[in-house]
Amino acid sequence: MGTWRTSADIGGLPGFGPVEPETDEPLFHASWEPAAMAITVALGASGRWTIDHSRATRESLPLERYRSNTYYQIWLDALDAQMLRYGMASPEELATGEMRIPPVALPRKLAAADVDATLARGSPTERPSTRAARFSPGDRVRTSSAMPSGHTRLPVYARGKTGVVRLVHGVHVYPDVHSTGDAPPYREDPHWLYAVEFDGRELWGDDGESGLNVLIDAWEPYLEPANPQ
Amino acid sequence: MSDNDDHHHHDHDHDHGSDLSPMDLRVRALQSLLTAKGYIDPEALDRIVDTYETRVGPRNGAAVVARAWTDPEFLDWLRRDASAAIASMGFTGRQGEHMVVVENTPETHNMVVCTLCSCYPWPVLGLPPVWYKSAPYRSRVVREPRAVLRDFNVELPESTRIRVWDSTAETRYLVLPMRPADTEGWPADRLAELVSRDAMIGTALAASPDTLETA
Repeated sequence: MGTWRTSADIGGLPGFGPVEPETDEPLFHASWEPAAMAITVALGASGRWTIDHSRATRESLPLERYRSNTYYQIWLDALDAQMLRYGMASPEELATGEMRIPPVALPRKLAAADVDATLARGSPTERPSTRAARFSPGDRVRTSSAMPSGHTRLPVYARGKTGVVRLVHGVHVYPDVHSTGDAPPYREDPHWLYAVEFDGRELWGDDGESGLNVLIDAWEPYLEPANPQ
Repeated sequence: MSDNDDHHHHDHDHDHGSDLSPMDLRVRALQSLLTAKGYIDPEALDRIVDTYETRVGPRNGAAVVARAWTDPEFLDWLRRDASAAIASMGFTGRQGEHMVVVENTPETHNMVVCTLCSCYPWPVLGLPPVWYKSAPYRSRVVREPRAVLRDFNVELPESTRIRVWDSTAETRYLVLPMRPADTEGWPADRLAELVSRDAMIGTALAASPDTLETA
């Protein structure tokens, strides 16, 4: 059954209160956060899963937990789920910190000497194109109204909406597919990616703030022509 | 782990349980387990943390902005291929592989968000602030950006349109704020001091010269 809205899909939802910027905000807010961040980055670099798998797992945390967790707690809960899923650790091991079952083989281990180069390289998602882009800047397009059963990057607030293509970003790995599969190699299924602009009134009705446009990056499968061709 | 247990008072090799929160204990246990399993190298963790604590942060983005303000050829390059232009300054990699610069004008003010998680251009801005990753900003900026700007004490003219860029893919957006008045002839490194992280997200404007204390 399709998910109407994941825990993370909160664009436009009311009731969260004011934005509260901190003056002189520290980089980390608790002594455990640096290690939580670094462990997530290092395991991400192992190649056992993709960043799309990680996002899919985080947004699938139950709503109450997602809402009450701090940011890095979300990362840690998702990491636990991924390690359990792939047999990398047992529940007892996660609870005690003590190894009880043999480790499984991972594609890579990030060595300290390779950190700089790995971070500097990143994980580019652009791929060569194999066919022409369907849309061009200025085209009116309508986004899908579908409720996907898995991970997607089309937020609920922008589904079934009409907008205009503004930028063509090239062909990029498609998260809706790339987040699936239990083991590498993971299917990339790249598609043309566009920045699509919506008038605020299209998204929120006529009573909202005026003078607003919202842009999302949308892969071609999310889009249909708004005017039949 | 009870701090009443006399055994622990003799153990000087690591902190006592009473000094550490449950989260501290959880992360230490995790790091210990993953190291024992051979999945991670603890020295790699140190290097990752060090990278974002000391070497990668908003000063990178401010240098890009200041150069765009003072070097027309660089601005042109930023417009044609921001990834390459920014990479030429040594700012590349994780969460910044595909860069687009969005320019503020008197007619248009840009703001960047990731409503679905926290996507943010790490190589030029470092790690995102908590407010950027939290529900109020993520939920509200795509719907009521002017109200959000008031939370930052920023008021724009009624005639300015706001464009909010939701980072739903791996493209990472960097706002190029307008150059403040009364900065003619300033060198790039001095101009960079006027460019805050928030100005490159779109929740602030670049600072005016009178905010900088003169030596």
